[in-house]
Amino acid sequence: MEYILIIIAAVFVNNIVLSQFLGICPFLGVSNKLSTSVGMSGAVLFVMTIATLVTYLLYEFILIPMGLDYLRTITFILVIASLVQMVEIILRKVSPALYQALGVFLPLITTNCAVLGVAILALGLQDGSLLKAVVFAIANAIGFALAIIVFSSIRERLELADIPEGMKGVPINLLIAGLLSLAFLGFAGLV
Amino acid sequence: MNEPVNQKQNFIKGIIKDNPVFVMLLGMCPVLGVTSSAFNGLGMGIATLFVLLMSNIVVSLIKTQIPAKVRIPAFIIIIASFVTIVEMVLEAFIPVLYEQLGIFIPLIVVNCLILGRAEAFASKNNLLSSVVDALGMGIGFTIALVVLGATREILGNGSLFDFPLTSEDSSTLILFILPPGAFIALAYLSVGFNKLTAKMN
Repeated sequence: MEYILIIIAAVFVNNIVLSQFLGICPFLGVSNKLSTSVGMSGAVLFVMTIATLVTYLLYEFILIPMGLDYLRTITFILVIASLVQMVEIILRKVSPALYQALGVFLPLITTNCAVLGVAILALGLQDGSLLKAVVFAIANAIGFALAIIVFSSIRERLELADIPEGMKGVPINLLIAGLLSLAFLGFAGLV
Repeated sequence: MNEPVNQKQNFIKGIIKDNPVFVMLLGMCPVLGVTSSAFNGLGMGIATLFVLLMSNIVVSLIKTQIPAKVRIPAFIIIIASFVTIVEMVLEAFIPVLYEQLGIFIPLIVVNCLILGRAEAFASKNNLLSSVVDALGMGIGFTIALVVLGATREILGNGSLFDFPLTSEDSSTLILFILPPGAFIALAYLSVGFNKLTAKMN
């Protein structure tokens, strides 16, 4: 039950993009086509889960016992950056098909603040455990996927719409993100 | 050095022509995440300005020592060190701001504005130009954050820098201090900014 609550909270109530503002860059940047959004979501799910798993273990068993928790930010970003590289190399060797689908998105993920953000937020979960942190990461990745897929579907339709000159480009996208975020606000208080 | 840089233009470009928020859309997460009040926006802007300035200085000084292949990880470590300093200083001296900004302080590391300037400017230019560039970009970023924060605070809370502008019982547009308000306010501000720059040209 506890885990279901974590999932609902992360996907709908505190959606990582629309109410916590993490991962806005890929959300605005690669959402002009539905297919690229799906690819990006897959890459985020993959990296976010592994990154949270590794950083959680690192924090609990190395940084805390050695009293080095102030090095959290530096360690985590290094781990994430090298992890992304490693995942890229392994994928290319083991599963060329998956690499084809996710390849171009992997380098972009290093600067995706959602990955670092979730790794840090996972440390602050109530009576946290490794399993809870990983469930939290997967749930947040699903929340990211939901937001970006809905957003890009709207953007695809928007290409046919007649938009006032001044609103074209960035402003209309931000406005739509705002309306989506408003819709997600309806889930507040659910958990 | 390819050509002598006009320092005045170099400074101004960060504020208007290449404004990181309104024009280049860099570092959007803190822009939207922390601007529920003008004070938070100012705090985040100054913290980012500091990290940007210091990382530009260091990158510009040691740019010839960094092997090209590992330059990105090297930049990230430099940035992460200064972010850790900011984190510790804020926690010790301005705990209120530290609480308010929360997760967005460590996330300055992945603010693409800072890595972007290190890669695109500081690693190619001399110390003075890099300092001026960092100041211009940092101030442009801070202005955007304060304007967005002030807009949201005035509309959503009826106050500015915690100074009340409306009477206690008057109703305000709460929407603007909630998450959707960040997107909507920034959308209309960027329309205004585009109009303004179009007029200036």
